[in-house]
Amino acid sequence: MDSLILSRIQFGANISFHILFPSITIALGWLLLVFRLREAVTGDSKWQRAYQFWVKVFALSFGLGVVSGITMSFQFGTNWPGFMETVGNVAGPLLGYEVLTAFFLEAGFLGIMLYGSNRVPGWLHVLATVLVAVGTTLSAFWIIALNSWMQTPTGYEIIGGVAHATSWREVIFNPSMPYRLAHMLLASAMTVLFLVAGLSAYRRLQGDRSREVVATLKGALVAAAVLIPVQIYVGDAHGLNTLQYQPQKIAAMEGNWETGPAKPLLLFAIPDQEQRRNLFEIGIPHGASLILRHEWDGVVPGLNDYVTAEGEILHPPVAPVFFAFRVMVGMGMLMLLVSWTGAWLLWRRGVEGLPVWFLRVTTAMSLSGWVAVLAGWYTTEIGRQPWLVSGLLMTRDAVSPVATPMVASTLIGYLTLYVVLLIAYVMTLLHLARRAAHGQRLPRDPRDVTPSPLQPAE
Amino acid sequence: MFDDPAVWLPFVFAALMGLAILIYVILDGFDLGIGMLVILTPPEERDTLISTIGPFWDANETWLVLAVGLLLVAFPIAHGVILTALYGPVALMLFGLILRGVAFEFRAKVPFERKARWDLAFFAGSALAAVAQGYMLGIYVMGLQVNAQTVLFSLIVAGALAVAYSFMGAAWLILKTSGPIQLKAITWARRGLWGLVLGLAAVSAATPLVSIRIWQKWTELPAILWLAPLPILSLALIIGLWRFLATLPRPGDRGAAVPFLMGAGLFLLGFIGMAYSFYPYVVPERLTIWQAASAPESLRVILIGAVIVLPLIAGYTALSYTVFRGKASQEDIH
Repeated sequence: MDSLILSRIQFGANISFHILFPSITIALGWLLLVFRLREAVTGDSKWQRAYQFWVKVFALSFGLGVVSGITMSFQFGTNWPGFMETVGNVAGPLLGYEVLTAFFLEAGFLGIMLYGSNRVPGWLHVLATVLVAVGTTLSAFWIIALNSWMQTPTGYEIIGGVAHATSWREVIFNPSMPYRLAHMLLASAMTVLFLVAGLSAYRRLQGDRSREVVATLKGALVAAAVLIPVQIYVGDAHGLNTLQYQPQKIAAMEGNWETGPAKPLLLFAIPDQEQRRNLFEIGIPHGASLILRHEWDGVVPGLNDYVTAEGEILHPPVAPVFFAFRVMVGMGMLMLLVSWTGAWLLWRRGVEGLPVWFLRVTTAMSLSGWVAVLAGWYTTEIGRQPWLVSGLLMTRDAVSPVATPMVASTLIGYLTLYVVLLIAYVMTLLHLARRAAHGQRLPRDPRDVTPSPLQPAE
Repeated sequence: MFDDPAVWLPFVFAALMGLAILIYVILDGFDLGIGMLVILTPPEERDTLISTIGPFWDANETWLVLAVGLLLVAFPIAHGVILTALYGPVALMLFGLILRGVAFEFRAKVPFERKARWDLAFFAGSALAAVAQGYMLGIYVMGLQVNAQTVLFSLIVAGALAVAYSFMGAAWLILKTSGPIQLKAITWARRGLWGLVLGLAAVSAATPLVSIRIWQKWTELPAILWLAPLPILSLALIIGLWRFLATLPRPGDRGAAVPFLMGAGLFLLGFIGMAYSFYPYVVPERLTIWQAASAPESLRVILIGAVIVLPLIAGYTALSYTVFRGKASQEDIH
């Protein structure tokens, strides 16, 4: 293990941990606004209780997102100094705008949103909720713009080995950016809808019969059932865009070695990069050609086109991309199945009639969005290798000269911390759900008289 | 010479970055300080201490992201050099900031019997972040040289900065609390003031000794004349603070904001001194702000955004501090 691979694992671990929380806060911010507005319009207190429960999840997720985001801003310098040295002129303004327009907006109004309801007029509290939601989405906009530029760079020129922007419109709205942004925003929506459905189902299993749980369970399942086909459509369009601009990534996703017509859609295979072939294949004949080219005998790009005459491999490692893509698609299909089954059960029997097995399945699916989001990002990020910025900067040329044992020790530190925090996060979500489900019946510690800032006035 | 964008843009960005660091140190200084003071209080008082920073800490830490972000986007080469040299302490600081940030949220949500554990994590994370920042300041002052002497010096600065932060935390508590907790905070402020004094003294004494260039900047005429107010004002503030703290609490809670403002003033004076010493270098004695700067067209793009957005940020930061002015109360629940 050298410091290149350790730095890559460390960056991957940091950004994987980080993306879990924006995946929740981006869409949850808007959902909180929906709760807040429905309360204002209908005057029904169940929306206020739904808001009070989910704003705690938001605060917790936001806190984890902030601290892991701070880590990200240091990682560039500590581990990847070559990145900013080469493309800093392009990446810098995008990151700068993210901090200036988004990060501050979120963090600045979060205080009013969380603690201000007794101190500010109602309209200002709603405005703070809107601005926090706008902030999380703007943040996604800038980060996705930068990430997409690294995938499909446009609007720049190279002067003396350093990238200079020639058109900011082309840099920001580069070819893959609109697809990736739509795909990620919908992914966040799906993550939140399944989390809301899952924790609501869990609360019903705990015997919670409150009206807000009925409303959130029903709303989340129906919204998920409506949005998942949209997500599948957007995902397909994103794939076709990748085929046009990064065909080697598609070749790895499909596990296809030789360019040619009439390629099967591989459901499962074991790609072997040493022998440059698949050891085992189950596929649907002509499937890949049909999906990618919409033609029975469409030509599908192969990995062997991306090996130079000197034997240098310019395509991504095949197996991780191949499997990550299947995990993402598989999870998406499972979400489709569960949400449509849920919508059908709701239509036939209503919330009261949802069988216990379905509530258990929905609870188990609470974090399914996380799995799909991570698998999707692994597909696109590992699929960009060996490039850090496609065609412009190799990952290996950007790594810092920090000694391997140093990187190894910080990596172990981060991994340990993240595992502990993830366990604590999931346990706390379940605890919050149980506490809400059991309401006043849980014995409260008599010393716990000072309500901490984030607990509701019960 | 300043009509050339390649000259004035890096200067403006260095100033913005300096401002962000100064604001960060003062703002996160007080909430890191409260994180360390938490350990001195019995569990039933901790919620009150922590409720004084609840609405602010996310935004406070954003200034660190802005400072590092500006270093990253405006001086990318310096970002690489400095953060690679400070790799270990940066990692420790990040562990600390992660730990305290999540502990802040978890302690309010976990079952009661686990709360004390997260309080401990909140303290440990705050202390680790403060010490790591002090250590980095020390190594930076020493020109990013790591050897036995510079490490020893940096450890002294690390301890001093942690105590100075706890002074700022105590001063914030004087402003935001009342009754027995405020009385404790006054005592903590008096005990913590030495951290600020030691930190200022150590950095001020060591900086000119590290580099002949800095020594000359401080001792040549006429600079010495208009620099003289810096140490004189600092001394006056320290003596004033010490005597003022002895008069607290005053009837009607008058002057509760004074210790915090005077503490912030001391941080400001120390910062001006350091900025004067190191200018025009961003990596001490190695890279000037012009050598490390991004291309002017990129800086210009960010500057347009910054000029529009920074007043807005100042505006809603002021709004937030106005909404949550006065004593932290237990009504602050949602």
